[in-house]
Amino acid sequence: MTAPEPPLALLAELTHRCPLQCPYCSNPLELVQRSGELTTDDWRRVIDQAADMGVLQIHFSGGEPTARPDLPDLVRHAADAGLYSNLITSGVLLNRDRLATLDAAGLDHVQLSIQDSETETAERIGGYKGGHRRKLEVAGLVRAAGLPLTVNAVVHRQNLDRLEAMIDLAVALDAARLEVAHVQYYGWALKNRAAFMPTLEQIERATETVDAARARLAGVLVIDYVVPDYYARRPKACMGGWGRRFLNVSPAGKVLPCHAAESLPELDFDSVLDRPLDEIWRQSAAFERFRGTAWMPEPCRSCDQREVDWGGCRCQALALTGDAGNTDPACALSPLHGQVFELARTESASAPPAFVYRRYGNA
Amino acid sequence: MTGRLVIGEDSVPRLPRHCKMRFDKARDRWVILAPERVLMPDDIAVEVLQRCKGGNVATIIDDLAAAFDAPRETIARDVLAMLQDLADKGVVEA
Ligand code: SF4
Ligand code: SF4
Repeated sequence: MTAPEPPLALLAELTHRCPLQCPYCSNPLELVQRSGELTTDDWRRVIDQAADMGVLQIHFSGGEPTARPDLPDLVRHAADAGLYSNLITSGVLLNRDRLATLDAAGLDHVQLSIQDSETETAERIGGYKGGHRRKLEVAGLVRAAGLPLTVNAVVHRQNLDRLEAMIDLAVALDAARLEVAHVQYYGWALKNRAAFMPTLEQIERATETVDAARARLAGVLVIDYVVPDYYARRPKACMGGWGRRFLNVSPAGKVLPCHAAESLPELDFDSVLDRPLDEIWRQSAAFERFRGTAWMPEPCRSCDQREVDWGGCRCQALALTGDAGNTDPACALSPLHGQVFELARTESASAPPAFVYRRYGNA
Repeated sequence: MTGRLVIGEDSVPRLPRHCKMRFDKARDRWVILAPERVLMPDDIAVEVLQRCKGGNVATIIDDLAAAFDAPRETIARDVLAMLQDLADKGVVEA
């Protein structure tokens, strides 16, 4: 087997702590406690190792990365190492001073999540009173600081009908980019799947809304949008392929091919506390397990799409087929595809159950 | 908010704040870093973007036509199309 190319980006999950409690959070049910988090020096070492092995971008995420007081130090460290830095945040812990500090430290970009266009539903979904208003303020502060802004809107059956308003909101907030992300059913989101699963009709309307908005807003707002897996014909290339483009370091230092990979019980993940990052990338059993095409069963093995979508998502294959080594059933060629489609149809047609909010001790 | 940016010979193109072009030693090539994206510009795009230093597109075209000893018309067409494409992707401002 030839040596893998170096990864493009590192997702640095600094903490699982977060003031919000979104039931669609893709963090694992077992959240890392503060006492189990990597130290500032650990993260500095990880950043240096990442830059040395060819990583170009770092996404500071979580949980809520701004819950770590050492965030500006780490941003500066990343900038000094030549990495492009992006802050993935709910925004509620930011203010003018903290933004100025991050800006001065060399932060390149801010990605701010919103839960809805309307205050009441947004705050019910995020489980945080006053959060929506705070986010709108923070978006203004981000732009006033001269930092580029992407708005991230996670969409599902309970807010999809306001997609148009969310697009307008992103324009009003002077974002250059909007990510319309369907809920992906890992971690807490899987537990809450029935509360979030949209109907096929909602998806069709959303696609029309996005197409129209893209035409209307060309050169004003870039909209990223992907049809959700359960209703798709082909899976997406999850993370651009297992162990091909990205690596993810968890708050405790586990190195994962994707942020949801800890849901795969058959895999042991190495820690940055025990091995250098590039060695884990190149040699660890977890990265080797699903890298490339050799592991693939049929129908992927003989499919001409196998180096396009890399067989889809391993976590979804496990969640829906009981075996992470199966073809992602989001693919119409999977024998289980029809069943998954029906599951989505049935769940979306029944009344949404109450949320199980994401917080310590609530799993 | 603004309308769609149309690139002409008078435009003064530059990379926006959220994009950075730098040489990547690990891959031995130029890359453009943007949120959630890494673009691998081809050699011509690199030549053009390196010339985006405050002059207008006409100057860049003249410069390239001289550097590569090529007809100005051909260069102009390629450069305008390329910059327009990058502008539509949000990677070039003017
Ligand atoms: S999805 Fe919500 S709860 Fe999860 S980390 Fe983001 S803001 Fe916090
Ligand atoms: S069979 Fe496998 S490789 Fe082919 S399209 Fe489906 S998931 Fe992709």
